[in-house]
Amino acid sequence: MLVSVASGKGGTGKTLVATSLAFSLQDIEKVQLLDCDVEEPNAQLLLNTVITNKEAVNVLVPKVDASKCTYCGECAKICVYKAIAVLAKHVMVFDQLCHGCGACSYLCPEHAIYEEGREIGIIESGYAGKIEFVQGKLAVGEAMATPVIRKVKERIDHHKTVIVDVSPGTSCPVVESIKDTDFCLLVTEPTPFGLNDLILAIDTTIELGIPCGVIINRSGMGQGIIEDYCNQKRIPILLTIPLDIEIARFYSRGVTLAQGIPQWKYEFYRVFTKIEELVGERDSCAQR
Amino acid sequence: MKEIVVLSGKGGTGKTSIVGSLAALADNKVLADCDVDAADLHLILQPADRQEHEFWSGQTARIDESLCTQCGLCQEYCRFNAIDHFTVNRVSCEGCGFCARICPADAITMEDNLAGHWFISDTKYGPLVRARLGIAQENSGKLVALVRQQARKLAEEHGLSYIISDGPPGIGCPVISSLSGANLALLVTEPTLSGIHDLERVLGVCRHFKVPALVCINKYDVNEDNSNQIESFCLKQGVEVAARISYDEAVTEAMIHGVPVVEYCRNGVSHQIEALWQTILKSLPK
Repeated sequence: MLVSVASGKGGTGKTLVATSLAFSLQDIEKVQLLDCDVEEPNAQLLLNTVITNKEAVNVLVPKVDASKCTYCGECAKICVYKAIAVLAKHVMVFDQLCHGCGACSYLCPEHAIYEEGREIGIIESGYAGKIEFVQGKLAVGEAMATPVIRKVKERIDHHKTVIVDVSPGTSCPVVESIKDTDFCLLVTEPTPFGLNDLILAIDTTIELGIPCGVIINRSGMGQGIIEDYCNQKRIPILLTIPLDIEIARFYSRGVTLAQGIPQWKYEFYRVFTKIEELVGERDSCAQR
Repeated sequence: MKEIVVLSGKGGTGKTSIVGSLAALADNKVLADCDVDAADLHLILQPADRQEHEFWSGQTARIDESLCTQCGLCQEYCRFNAIDHFTVNRVSCEGCGFCARICPADAITMEDNLAGHWFISDTKYGPLVRARLGIAQENSGKLVALVRQQARKLAEEHGLSYIISDGPPGIGCPVISSLSGANLALLVTEPTLSGIHDLERVLGVCRHFKVPALVCINKYDVNEDNSNQIESFCLKQGVEVAARISYDEAVTEAMIHGVPVVEYCRNGVSHQIEALWQTILKSLPK
């Protein structure tokens, strides 16, 4: 089973939930935790992770063989990302704009374009206790997170319970991270910002056809705005975590909730059981 | 005209609350919400939309079943695994058009995407440019560039001195698009290990794009040891810590009431943000 943890708004506690869930399940299930927030991967800070393996993430970018190029300009016309500009006797390639689709090299009438790998980030893997841990890191100054996320997700072990920590927002990195997961946990806070962005995140999961449930973090303010919305939309609330300075202090020191305050382990285990039920119900409905 | 962009790396450190207060404190400015994925600034500034525009960007492939011979060439060559069983997965398609060019039956056409909307609005603090990326759409970087371009145009037309932009979290495409060419980046962080880690990365992006940066430690008293660690990091990096802002429930209460915290109460936090704005003014490159 693959469970993604997303939020829309940043800083609501995604990583706290993802790491606590993985921590709570590690004695019962075989767990794999993937940090797909490759712009700002933080799960490793909340668990005692040991990185044992590193691998570069390369994207293919075009290179022009000047001895074959006739400067016909076809490649520049083909490239929808405007990553190639052809001058009188020179071809400029803007690596940062290239999506690596391969159209230019395949379609060059002179076969003058070949592709080379360009490093845009790394994948690190290892262990945190019994949890198998994988994270992606986009290199500073690089724009495209999705190829790094794709590489992290290639490491998915379908024999394990896989927890995917996702970046904030609702655009391409989020879509790439949560697609093909069986369930999306949405972590929010009971503030107008939290609700506004939760609605966007719910719409994203609906667009992708992924069932979702909500965890309310820092509960105690905001008078039930999240509950009202979720009840109206029939979205299950799976856990409520109170606004508590002790939890915040543990987090600030890099200790996840289920480790800092052990009784939370049972709460997170219960969340997981509920997710299993919800996914099971959906699958049996789909079969009928 | 000077453009100040507020970033953080890590989400939820307080960017939007601070921008909302700067909106109330600064004169002669345009406000821009560059977090087009999950825009929240309007919840504090309560804008009245003056103009709404469609944002068309990128394309998606469509296979005409009646022409498709199921040869499978498109599936074989698509690098994004966006074609399966001769159907395009709209979410995975990156609109490169490779499939449409190589289809021997000419069965594939590229269709334009309505990727979002952008707005010019009036607030009691001045004009606001904001946008909403369509659900599960791409090209957030381009939409951010458009928001900034419109904000600049407004500032020029009205002879305004500042553009204050609320940036997105992270360090990728929309952050780079918010940052490049700005005059100053204000980096809002929090005294947690994640906050520190992410500050280091976003500061790296500022360096990469040669934009001077100031740091603001929000909720500094949640963990003063970590705040001190951030200060010494900044000192080593030659970056000024422009403010230490206290943890105060008034910030959340102000957000719930939909007003900038500097207008909600006249307490310590409000004074700290006022001092922050004065430091920003002094730090802006001449």
